[in-house]
Amino acid sequence: MSVLVGKDTKVLVQGMGKTGRFHTDKAIAYGTNMVGAVHPSRAGQVEVFEGETDHSGVDGREDTYRVEVPIFRTVEEAVAATGADASVVYVPPPFAADAIMEAADAGVPLIICVTEGIPIADMVKAKRYLEDKNVRLVGPNCPGVITPKQCKIGIMPGYIHTPGKIGVVSRSGTLTYEAVHQLTLNGLGQTTAIGIGGDPVNGTNFVDALTAFNDDPATEGVLMIGEIGGTAEEDAAAWITANMTKPVAAFIAGTTAPAGKRMGHAGAIISGGKGTAAAKIEALEAAGVVMAPTPTDMGTAMMEAMAK
Amino acid sequence: MKIHEYQAKALMADRGIAVPKGRVAMTVDEAVAAVRPLIEDSGNPVVVVKSQIHAGGRGKGRFKEHPDVGGVNVVTDGISGGIEAAEERVRELATKMLGSTLVTIQTGEEGKEVNRLYIEQGIDIATELYLSVLLDRATSRNIVMASTEGGTEIEVVAAETPEKILKVEIDPAFGLLPFQARRIAYDLGFEGAAFKNGVKFLDALTKAAVELDTDLVEINPLVITTDGDVMALDGKMAFDANALFRHPDVAALRDVTEEDAAELEAKEFDLSFIKLDGEIGCMVNGAGLAMATMDIIKTVGGEPANFLDVGGGAEKEQIAAAFKIITKDPNVKGIFVNIFGGIMRCDIIAEGVIAAVEEVGLSVPLVVRLEGTNVELGKQLLDESGLDLVSATDMKDGAQKILELTR
Repeated sequence: MSVLVGKDTKVLVQGMGKTGRFHTDKAIAYGTNMVGAVHPSRAGQVEVFEGETDHSGVDGREDTYRVEVPIFRTVEEAVAATGADASVVYVPPPFAADAIMEAADAGVPLIICVTEGIPIADMVKAKRYLEDKNVRLVGPNCPGVITPKQCKIGIMPGYIHTPGKIGVVSRSGTLTYEAVHQLTLNGLGQTTAIGIGGDPVNGTNFVDALTAFNDDPATEGVLMIGEIGGTAEEDAAAWITANMTKPVAAFIAGTTAPAGKRMGHAGAIISGGKGTAAAKIEALEAAGVVMAPTPTDMGTAMMEAMAK
Repeated sequence: MKIHEYQAKALMADRGIAVPKGRVAMTVDEAVAAVRPLIEDSGNPVVVVKSQIHAGGRGKGRFKEHPDVGGVNVVTDGISGGIEAAEERVRELATKMLGSTLVTIQTGEEGKEVNRLYIEQGIDIATELYLSVLLDRATSRNIVMASTEGGTEIEVVAAETPEKILKVEIDPAFGLLPFQARRIAYDLGFEGAAFKNGVKFLDALTKAAVELDTDLVEINPLVITTDGDVMALDGKMAFDANALFRHPDVAALRDVTEEDAAELEAKEFDLSFIKLDGEIGCMVNGAGLAMATMDIIKTVGGEPANFLDVGGGAEKEQIAAAFKIITKDPNVKGIFVNIFGGIMRCDIIAEGVIAAVEEVGLSVPLVVRLEGTNVELGKQLLDESGLDLVSATDMKDGAQKILELTR
């Protein structure tokens, strides 16, 4: 079991430029079922992917692959033709929010937006548009979602993951890799790793991810990685206290970040004394979460939480 | 992106938001020349001389070179002495202010050099209020935040008298609705002509915030004049950098002299860099990992000299540029390179580090921690390069090693 994505997930790509093509190829090498792409001016064409299989991914495949991905004019047409139930967005920032809304309109139940640098006002609109639709957005500005050995959607390196018991949810890309790597080395492994992204306005938040992991029978514990800015971690702490039945460990980045400066991520900013690492750590500790004092200790903190 | 008060007020005036009349001055003569037209036009013999820097707290700020002069000065000499007296006083003030260093609670001790003044007409104030439009991250919507406590920092009001802050959510599909604007105006105590003007002000301000893609518009104080006019006495605007591509006119208002030179240089190479006060330079891929690297340096007892995220897809040239920017800082006594290669391959990082060291030399200790894609090849390249560097097994090990080497 896993959450959000699994071996049967059929994935569309929105934005088949250089980045989209590169990561689609990596996903196919991993064994993800990439069923179609959307590109208004290249509809009717077929994008061909060939290469050596990434055996860290889905088991039981030949050593090489050749996959033809058909390109459609609209998401609606792509869904009708392929039955896709997930879409990954690599569309450039000025047009990415529109791509998210198009996927939502077509009823794609899971939309994963990797694009970084989308104007905030566009995302405010997109979230409003998604409000009454039964779809889940992950991101933007995120590495994506992976269920090891089943399905990789996004830009994370597949080989550091291994199937296991821990659900991982994170606002940061490379810190997720760091966490996953440690969980692979200490044998806990992952059910699914979800990158929720570093933007101030995003789709899936910590509470959504925790809810999904809490309901997933295969997930035995959750590792969450937060950072300064906003109050999503405090909200998660309150939810954990009230609802969580599984052990949780966490790391919060940005203890040393100065106030008023955006630390790389658009959402990583302490403003008006709100959003400090100290406040988040305090809230999570009060909720019984085992805190990793440094990112090197994330795997150990998870072990400790599982042993409690 | 931040802009100056006078620029924000010009953008507001263009969108029907009432602001006092004023003129910007880069020289003493320009400051003096602004006085007569302002007084003749407004009929008010009072003018205000305001320092233009990208930091708040100007009113209570003081100049290093002239501790008797504040950042904002109300010139009343015109009341009894006429326009000439006002001009004389403005000349005296502008001479002291221009080119001098203003220290406010937001600039830090080093202060900021004042190169622009804004000369504004005097306003007869009846009431001071607070108004802003900003993103509420909890609801993913913009809100109007208002308070009767004008002139005070909103953070102080929030801490001491939170019940005096009014928040109204703006639905992005509709904008601020007229009844919402009326409700805010009632709650702020607007009456008569001021009520009508206040509703109009709110409508124009919230529309401007959306139209211009602002991160923040803050009017503090918003004033009601003795004539019932509603005006932005001060005005602060910050813009979403990701939306500047559709606002070239706003992008053109950038004042690079207000920004850190190293941070600007980093931007040219698509690097995310923030200068800090410590001694250990950091080069990391990914914003979260970069923050965590600073944290771990602090945990083991060191102080980070910077935040530097080279991004997910950096090329060799960017790595070299990042290295040069770090080594330019004279405080840096050692460098910690911490990479978890995902998309970014460790061999590319290694090549970039080697190229940079060959070009700029290396006078401080270097610790490199590589993990992830092509890590073996990356380590091999570094080993074979003959560079004087220390390898680390993980982040904590790296942080400890660079600390030992700089002590």
